[in-house]
Amino acid sequence: MAGGVSSSSIMETLFQRTLEDLIKGLRLQLIGESAFVSKAIEEIRREVKSTDPHTKSTALQKLSYLASLHFHDMSWAAFHVVEVMSSSRFSHKRIGYHAASLSFHDDTPVLLLITNQLRKDLASTNEFEVSLALECLSRISTPDLARDLTPEIFTLLSTTKIFVRKKAISVVLRVFAKYPDAVRLCFKRLVENLDSSDPQILAAVVGVFCELASQDPGSYLPLAPEFYRILVDSKNNWVLIKVLKIFAKLAPFEPRLAKRVVEPICDHMRRTGAKSLMFECIRTVISSFSEYESAVKLAVVKIRELLVDDDPNLKYLGLQALSVIAPKHLWAVLENKEVVIKWLSDEDPNIKLESLRLVMAMVSESNVVEISRVLVNYSLKSDPGFCNEILGSILCTCSRNVYEIIVDFDWYVSLLGEMSRIPHCQKGDEIENQLIDLGMRVKDVRPELLRVARGLLIDPALLGNPFLHRILAAAAWVSGEYVEFSRNPFELMEALLQPRTSLLPPSVRAVYIHSAFKVLIFCLHSYILQSESITSSFPDNLVLGVSELVLKKNMLEGSELTTCEAPSAHRSEGFNPRNQSYEDLSIKNGGDRTINHGQTSTPAFSENIFTYDSIINLINQVELALGPLTGSHDAEVFERTRHILCFIELIKGEITECLVQKGKTLESEEMKASKIIKLISDAFSEELGPVSVSAQQRVPIPEGLLLKENLDDLETICADFQVPESNLFSLGSPYYGEEVGVSSFGLQDKEESEPSNEATSLLTEHRKLHGLYYLASEKNEIVGNDYPPANEPKLQVNPNNDTEDLVKLTVQSLATNKKPNHAKTRPVVVKLDEGDLVTVTAKRPETKDDLVSGAVREVLLGSDTRTATSQSNPSDKSSSKRKGKEKINVDRSELKENLGDSEKPKHENPSSRKNKHRISGKERRHKSAGKIGEEREENGQKGMQKSSHRHARHKAPHRSDAPLNVVSQTPVIPDFLL
Amino acid sequence: MIRAVMVMNTQGKPRLAKFYDSVPVDKQQELIRSVFGVLCSRAENVSNFVEADSIFGPDSRLVYKHYATLYFVLVFDSSENELAMLDLIQVLVETLDKCFKNVCELDLVFNYSKIHTILDEIFFGGQVLETSSTEVMKAVEEISKLESASNSINLVPKSVSGWRGR
Repeated sequence: MAGGVSSSSIMETLFQRTLEDLIKGLRLQLIGESAFVSKAIEEIRREVKSTDPHTKSTALQKLSYLASLHFHDMSWAAFHVVEVMSSSRFSHKRIGYHAASLSFHDDTPVLLLITNQLRKDLASTNEFEVSLALECLSRISTPDLARDLTPEIFTLLSTTKIFVRKKAISVVLRVFAKYPDAVRLCFKRLVENLDSSDPQILAAVVGVFCELASQDPGSYLPLAPEFYRILVDSKNNWVLIKVLKIFAKLAPFEPRLAKRVVEPICDHMRRTGAKSLMFECIRTVISSFSEYESAVKLAVVKIRELLVDDDPNLKYLGLQALSVIAPKHLWAVLENKEVVIKWLSDEDPNIKLESLRLVMAMVSESNVVEISRVLVNYSLKSDPGFCNEILGSILCTCSRNVYEIIVDFDWYVSLLGEMSRIPHCQKGDEIENQLIDLGMRVKDVRPELLRVARGLLIDPALLGNPFLHRILAAAAWVSGEYVEFSRNPFELMEALLQPRTSLLPPSVRAVYIHSAFKVLIFCLHSYILQSESITSSFPDNLVLGVSELVLKKNMLEGSELTTCEAPSAHRSEGFNPRNQSYEDLSIKNGGDRTINHGQTSTPAFSENIFTYDSIINLINQVELALGPLTGSHDAEVFERTRHILCFIELIKGEITECLVQKGKTLESEEMKASKIIKLISDAFSEELGPVSVSAQQRVPIPEGLLLKENLDDLETICADFQVPESNLFSLGSPYYGEEVGVSSFGLQDKEESEPSNEATSLLTEHRKLHGLYYLASEKNEIVGNDYPPANEPKLQVNPNNDTEDLVKLTVQSLATNKKPNHAKTRPVVVKLDEGDLVTVTAKRPETKDDLVSGAVREVLLGSDTRTATSQSNPSDKSSSKRKGKEKINVDRSELKENLGDSEKPKHENPSSRKNKHRISGKERRHKSAGKIGEEREENGQKGMQKSSHRHARHKAPHRSDAPLNVVSQTPVIPDFLL
Repeated sequence: MIRAVMVMNTQGKPRLAKFYDSVPVDKQQELIRSVFGVLCSRAENVSNFVEADSIFGPDSRLVYKHYATLYFVLVFDSSENELAMLDLIQVLVETLDKCFKNVCELDLVFNYSKIHTILDEIFFGGQVLETSSTEVMKAVEEISKLESASNSINLVPKSVSGWRGR
């Protein structure tokens, strides 16, 4: 038996493919890569079970290679990895460790098995074995491993072997992150390494502190003198860069630090020949010490050097530095204006982008027109990507703070129109939003807005560009909403109903139809107003027109009438409360509005375009264009078409009749139709305003409404029903539309899936078979099938209709905050109380980092954050063993604190708190008396005040503590800072 | 901290990939692909930076250098200096050059293990530990010696003797 095993193993050894063979085979590609790899994996699976360590490790090496460069999963081999790691031969061990750091993660079950192996190797006399273990630990350490191996790492932190010590220093970072309590043991030794004269050690330890300080800079303030010494003494650029980074992070926490370090930083900036160090100095000054004018000036001189350098990297970084400095020192940008604009046409996309950002930073009220002109010209010449970057940044800058920098809105609106026509423009969403937003906020711009909208609408070429559909939707909305400013509403109607609108997606088309409705109402209303005042009679050929109309109408709609009446009646009932409020408002607003009509529209229509003929034509036109749409499968399009056709049905008979008999029985007959028209016209003429972002929140949630109910199960059910549902819809006649309207959310889906119905059902089948396997890629597939990506957002939201409704509902919640008048007459821009300002809630990463910094503070200052940290320990993954240990820690810490003072002071009691700090500080000094002198002690005190404040920050803002801060700090100002 | 080191050829084939955050393998492949997608669209003689936030998430930067048929890529966060990282790529390439005498893509293809040895001497858990190619070479040579020593003693003799012994 035994002989059999060993002979098979030697066969394996002799005929096993080495890694090199594997690579060669892969390169030959005889049977295709994936086939070859799976064959190789099969082989490896067999070989890795071998009893011969060499065979085993070679197999593992091959597996690591495939995992690393062919992205093959190797988690199944975890146990073999552990076996190879424990080999006594260095070459095998190395393969094992490499595989472990490649494939192990926190949940790997065999991790528990390697603790002892790691411990053994960490204590090895062979520094390369130690190095392997450290390297592995830096990648895969878990809380358990970190806890168990902390003593070994502690020992290694002061080993004389530089090669090992630098790695031990670096691994501390990972150990602290996983097991914060390790700080208590190791931190002091880590700090001692800051005094090392060896450049490698220094680089390692400074790197570690740079990482630590980025998590919670405040805790490391007491080490500032050490860092300062390195900043002044070190000649190593790598070390200096890291120290600068540390100071950049510490600076905001201790204002007095700046005074002391600015000069050495400037020295480095002047003297160094290394561009990397120079740039780091620049960055430190402009980001953290920007109030030191002389330093900033020097930095700007140096930035200038970078900007004119031939190296594109330096150019790029120079521009980046300028954009950092721009908010505080715009002069620095203005000084370099020419260079910045010059790089706008650089061949490097990075540089172009940066200079674009800078150009936008320079934009102000006075130059926005010129800069926009220049940029739009640039955009015409640029590639699509950069063109859209330019357009995006113009849009973003101009709309900042509710169009703060725009004075001439007519200009801006026409610029938006112009931008829409730029061939590569893909900013439809943003332009759409701004067109509507401007219409609602800026009353004075509406005539120009309508002009721009008209220009966009009447151009049939634009309808073919899917990127413009959103803009066209906005234009259509504008033309309906502000039709009273139009010179020729008939022309608008023609544009809204032109045949090529069939190219629009349904959601946009619905807006077109609704806008057509508004235009129609406006025309009818104007006509009635006019005919009321003019008592002239009309041509005689009316009767013919009427009968023709009636006939056509009957043909077109016939029986449909019954179906469409019901919903409209229902709707008017449902919306009753709103109608009332409209009426209330129309008493207030309607009055204004009609006066407006008189003022603005009368001159435009002086030729009296609302003749009987034109109105009849208009109605005919609408009926003709919309008639076919009653068969639409889209709920929005269908409903709106129905509304408008029913409305025409309702009024047409009367309006024509009453007009025929006008001369005779004017008063009694005319009333009904014109009343309806007036009513709707009043409804439409109510002004829409912007809606506060928080408007939704202000609506109280009705009782019994469960908004946060988990609907996950629903999803699976819906997925199952998807196929039959869409079948039903695609087969359905227009009359099913009513039902469709009820469940309108299914509709967009239907439209999408219709063309690829078969594929969808296959996919669904497949999905059922294979569980959730395809869920991840589902989204792509659906999108990829139908619409170009630019349309995607539209399918989810129906912006205009939503906006409209919302606006109507919340129009009362507006308040007009008039801006103080500009020197130039700037139109009033409606702003909301709130919601126009985006509230930035910057959340700092807390939890674990806090544990580390809490422990650091404790070690450095002997503070009392211990209990807090161990209590709030979030990592509950740890085993019961670990918990036990923690408990001990807590007990110990409590004991220690009890030494200080028995009653636990609360945050509100600063004096007793201070007392306690002093005591615990002393205690600390006793413990580490030799190393840390009086000065440090004082630092400790100061830093601790700081830390205690930071601690209390959750409750009270920092500033409120300030007076107290000053009092308590004065005696303990550390001299290194002054 | 350095988040990833990658070397890929101009066809997008990865030649070396090391991630210092734990990233699942399929995600690694995806990341390398998207990086290559950006790199191959960039002209020569432009800056060596790529805005990587869209690929690697916020606060990530990417520098790369193009040597012959290979792209060397470093991904890191704001704790590192961009220009220093470019220098570091230079250090890496210099070291490879010292190690292989006029390094070319094939050297990287066939020396998987050795390249990782070099890499592990320069980078350690996402930190830069060594920036001198001489020092790196010293360590790499030591390790190679140790490896071949442990192999030469044991490779054939052990299995053969084990076989005879039975």
